[in-house]
Amino acid sequence: MSEERTLTLGGAIHEALHQEMERDSTVIIMGEDIVGGAGSDEPGAEDSWGGPMGITRGLVGKFGRERVRDTPISEAGFIGAAIGAAVTGLRPVAALMFVDFFGIPMDQIYNQGAKLRYMFGGKAKVPVVIRALIGAGVNAAAQHSQTLYSIFTHIPGLKVAVPSTPYDAKGLMCAAIRDDDPVFFLEHKTLLGQKGHVPEEPYIVPLGQALVRREGSDVTVVAIAKMVEVALAAAEELAAEGVNVEVVDPRTLSPLDTRTILESVEKTGRLIIVDEDTPRCSLATDIAALAADEAFYSLEAPIKRVTAPHTPVPFSPTLEAAYIPSKAQVAATIREVMSA
Amino acid sequence: MDIPRDKLLEIYERMVTIRQFEDRTHGEYAAGRIPGFVHLYAGEEAVAVGVCAHLSDDDAITSTHRGHGHRIAKGVDVNAMMAELYGRATGACKGKGGSMHIADISRGMLGANGIVGAGVPLACGAALSAQVRGTEAVAVSFFGDGGANQGTFHEGLNLAAIWKLPVLFVAENNGYAQSTSVSYAAGGADIARRAQAYGIPGVVADGLDLFDVYAKAGTAIAAARAGDGPTLLECKTYRLYGHYEGDTQGYRSKAEIDRYRHEHCAIRRFRARVTQDGLLTADELDAIDARVDNAIDAAVAFAANSPFPDPAEVTTDVYVNYEEEIA
Repeated sequence: MSEERTLTLGGAIHEALHQEMERDSTVIIMGEDIVGGAGSDEPGAEDSWGGPMGITRGLVGKFGRERVRDTPISEAGFIGAAIGAAVTGLRPVAALMFVDFFGIPMDQIYNQGAKLRYMFGGKAKVPVVIRALIGAGVNAAAQHSQTLYSIFTHIPGLKVAVPSTPYDAKGLMCAAIRDDDPVFFLEHKTLLGQKGHVPEEPYIVPLGQALVRREGSDVTVVAIAKMVEVALAAAEELAAEGVNVEVVDPRTLSPLDTRTILESVEKTGRLIIVDEDTPRCSLATDIAALAADEAFYSLEAPIKRVTAPHTPVPFSPTLEAAYIPSKAQVAATIREVMSA
Repeated sequence: MDIPRDKLLEIYERMVTIRQFEDRTHGEYAAGRIPGFVHLYAGEEAVAVGVCAHLSDDDAITSTHRGHGHRIAKGVDVNAMMAELYGRATGACKGKGGSMHIADISRGMLGANGIVGAGVPLACGAALSAQVRGTEAVAVSFFGDGGANQGTFHEGLNLAAIWKLPVLFVAENNGYAQSTSVSYAAGGADIARRAQAYGIPGVVADGLDLFDVYAKAGTAIAAARAGDGPTLLECKTYRLYGHYEGDTQGYRSKAEIDRYRHEHCAIRRFRARVTQDGLLTADELDAIDARVDNAIDAAVAFAANSPFPDPAEVTTDVYVNYEEEIA
């Protein structure tokens, strides 16, 4: 068997963008400093950024500045333009940089992009992808560290992808670009350097299909984005204690694969949701309500949520570590529901 | 700029269609037959029609909450529009949008918009689409003097300027943003002067004079099609009805409204000009009036006799495709 081809999660996103732009000339990408060095005469300025994480570096050389557009720091302007372009024949991928910046273009996102199709009686389609970095763990403090996916999941008309592996990142990005609805594609900044198997040929991970990352029979742990690896680590720890943990990765939050989640809960009788977002009106709360509604009689213990506290993300490393749900918290919660 | 005779007839018909549509809507609303919020465009006809006379179905427009006039000026039929106002299944948006979200994507009408100033970035996107796809199409963003004070105005004009997008920004300055006078809410003399800050042309037109709007919009749209980038065109105009139907209008006098309804009426001015110059005859214009009158009657009848949407329609058209059923 040949050695598996590996890429980082960031590299998988780059490859998906490259291949989709090659496949379809209506795909363009735009955002602040996604090329970098625009307007500079300095040698080497061109393509000096590739976005804050370098993910889009190299694309301008292949596709040119017509299709790879640096924008001014003007989120309402360029996110709105991406939506307007999507309604009129392009498939833009717009990078919002940090998801925390969503407040500036939010009207364009939720009153325009998300609703045009419905308001116009199904006569518009809005095939736009909005990329954004999420997550704590790099001491970026309160305005560059949130996850916030619950806000976008709340809005009818939007779809939300939260890849946890390089394989899913490529497949979900290809799916998002080809999808005719607006998709938020959220990239956890601490996962971008994670390596994993990624086939070279383009492929799709369908929006709305969860994956059971680890099969188990005693307790279901639904974990989102970065929390998948935290949950898997906790599951390994509990395996040594004879507890068989099933870990479910929803991969997209809208659509949410409720069937896979409910089938798992019906099998194990116990549910924990691990969510880096704040707890109120969160995915953790939403999935807990789903199980309470639909799988109540399968439950052998109370549903538990392991989330960040209801606070902004703190700066200091010790405070941030206390903020992010940990393997120890997840393991303790598993023990708690197993003894219920 | 000479306007061909056929075009003059079309222009007059669209202006009169807007006026009659709005006058009828005013009455239908007062009679309780139209639900929700309605904002009428009557008085501003020369702006929408003078600009849209230069556009084809390939060109896109974004509109405002006062969008009926833009849609009619873009040449879209009035039956589906009146039915939409009535909330009927035969409406332009199947009864899901109503007056504030009336649209026709197939004709380049990207929607009335309930959010002031929100259409500006969307129009930039339509222009970006034309630029990237290499078509000759342009985009026009209509917004009011109120919209010109939103951040989206700044962001959109700057983006269009740096990318030389084929877009025309039309500031419809009707003197009032809701109840607030433009003299209070806007810094600086003319909205058009703000164009200087972005290095693009800024032009003021008499928005009650079809010929002035037509000429200045024509120059700007030709420049946009030629790749010379955007223009900001401010049209000084006036709305004859309140901000919304039900507005008691304590902020302006009846004498002021009457002056614009009679002395400064854009449609009267157009009639006077074309008949004095021997371009069209009064008989021709009267015949159009009668035809439009019948068309509006028919639109009201069509709307009133159309069924309401099936309640099951509440969960359709949210997504193009969605694996899970929407409860």
